[in-house]
Amino acid sequence: MAALGAGAVASTAGCSSTDSGNGDGGDGTGGNGTDGSGSAGESIGVAGETLTLTTTTSTYDTGLLDAIHTDFEEMYGVTVDAVAQGTGAALETARNGDSDIVMVHARGLEDEFMRNGYGINRRDLMFNDFVIVGPESDPAGIQGMSSATEALTTIAEAEAAFVSRGDNSGTHTKELNLWEAAGTEPGGDWYQETGSGMGEALNIANQQGAYTLSDRGTFISQRSEIDLTILVQGPIEDGPEILANPYGVMAVNPGVHDNANYDLAMAYIGWITSPGVQESISEYQMNGEQLFFPEAVSENPDFQQYVPEGWSSESSDE
Amino acid sequence: MSVPIEPVAQLLSVALDSSVLLGGSGPLDSSVLLGGSGPLDSSVLLGGSGPLDLPFREGYVWSIIYVSLYVSLTAVTLSTLFSVPVAVLLGFAEFPGKGFVKSVINTGMGFPSVVVGLVVLFAVSNQGPLGALELIFTTEAMIMSQFVLATPPITAITLASVSGVDDGVRDAARALGGTRLDTALVVLKEARYGIATAILAGFGRAISEVGSVLIVGGNITSADGISKTRTLTTAIQLEARQGQYGTAMILGAVLVALVLTVNAVVVHFGDSGVTR
Repeated sequence: MAALGAGAVASTAGCSSTDSGNGDGGDGTGGNGTDGSGSAGESIGVAGETLTLTTTTSTYDTGLLDAIHTDFEEMYGVTVDAVAQGTGAALETARNGDSDIVMVHARGLEDEFMRNGYGINRRDLMFNDFVIVGPESDPAGIQGMSSATEALTTIAEAEAAFVSRGDNSGTHTKELNLWEAAGTEPGGDWYQETGSGMGEALNIANQQGAYTLSDRGTFISQRSEIDLTILVQGPIEDGPEILANPYGVMAVNPGVHDNANYDLAMAYIGWITSPGVQESISEYQMNGEQLFFPEAVSENPDFQQYVPEGWSSESSDE
Repeated sequence: MSVPIEPVAQLLSVALDSSVLLGGSGPLDSSVLLGGSGPLDSSVLLGGSGPLDLPFREGYVWSIIYVSLYVSLTAVTLSTLFSVPVAVLLGFAEFPGKGFVKSVINTGMGFPSVVVGLVVLFAVSNQGPLGALELIFTTEAMIMSQFVLATPPITAITLASVSGVDDGVRDAARALGGTRLDTALVVLKEARYGIATAILAGFGRAISEVGSVLIVGGNITSADGISKTRTLTTAIQLEARQGQYGTAMILGAVLVALVLTVNAVVVHFGDSGVTR
């Protein structure tokens, strides 16, 4: 299955521009390469084309993508349209063939996306971690616990208010996994699904004196405005490994969606996993703190990043 | 929170002067609207003085205002061109089932914008019937969904005002030898205030909705902060998502000022047309 993508590279080159330029009488903000009419852009490769990236709110709202994308746009003469949607929606958009590349943080959902044939050439990109935050008074008494699942169980037993994203985002997925690992079924008046973004969820938790699970980046970027504090640290600050928050990037399979801009998606993956850009990611700071830790560049092979977790050629049923 | 008040007043006066705004002819000259020269210098609106330190980048606010106006004015213009003739025809025609048609149009006024966004998404998505046009995440798709949203109120209110024109006016026009077209024009003239209200209602619906443009537009800016499909409403939503309620409120004030301005311009033109 993985070899399929490599074979498709040559045949799909340039196909993304074949149907551009029609039906666009407007302002030149249309899809792939509609600026020049028709085949005018053929001789200059990808220049003028648009890469549609669906991603999560945490990469977008922290300002990371805007900070690094200018470099890619200048290098290739292209435009990157970053659409911040939350992991579930970002993958769904790609599944419908409406984006060229996805950058998300829920390995289970990414694996399903790959197994269904929609995503190829996945790379580990960077990581940070999740933290359990809550009011300083800490009514359930979870401060300093070394186990995230134990902390959640304690919150549930105390029936202390807990705010859940409830939006099928990467953070929500992680939260549900944690409850499952804790063997606790959350529910009741104390457990509130807000269906909102991380920033909103933090604000709601702040106003209600509730606990919530947050990615560290969003929490850092909002910490000055809220009274919540980190009660259970993630692995970056020596917390439990279960709170790790790895981000992956992968191209949409042009064998499934032949209008996916596969060339440019692969150029993007190559660019963002290059040592220079990985360095830029590690240098990106907010309020004096590093938000993301690059992990694409490594001396040692890591084959697991290319395939669904637990996949091996012997046990493959595909 | 005293920051927004002065800029809002300035925005009002500036926009009132530029009749370009209402014309809807072609793309608004971005240098006029977004230039930052003139009294609306961005440093006035977004200057770091005061308690709010606003993180907006150069040209950001202007570009989202431009996209908001471009999308909504285009959608309302197209919708008006469609709705008014339809409303006049419906107003003049008598046929069985007319009441039902009216009910359908009135129901359309209550379409949730999110549902409209989903329907348009299915249409323009790669998998949908219009997928080959690659309209997803473009202003064209946003215009489509706002067209769908603005058409029911414009049609319904126009229909009501056309129907409300006294029968005597029609009869008089016919008696004086007018053709059906002449009669229609006379009725339209009589109903002009109602039609202006209809257009403003449609515009209000279009520029204030957030659900559909977020879904079909994607809320995109370029890396340097210039809007591609971000409107004022989706920008407000983005700020709120991040818990930046202060900046969200300021963008909300800009939106209100914009709607106020457009309304003022329409009323102004409507009044000046009466003397003819």
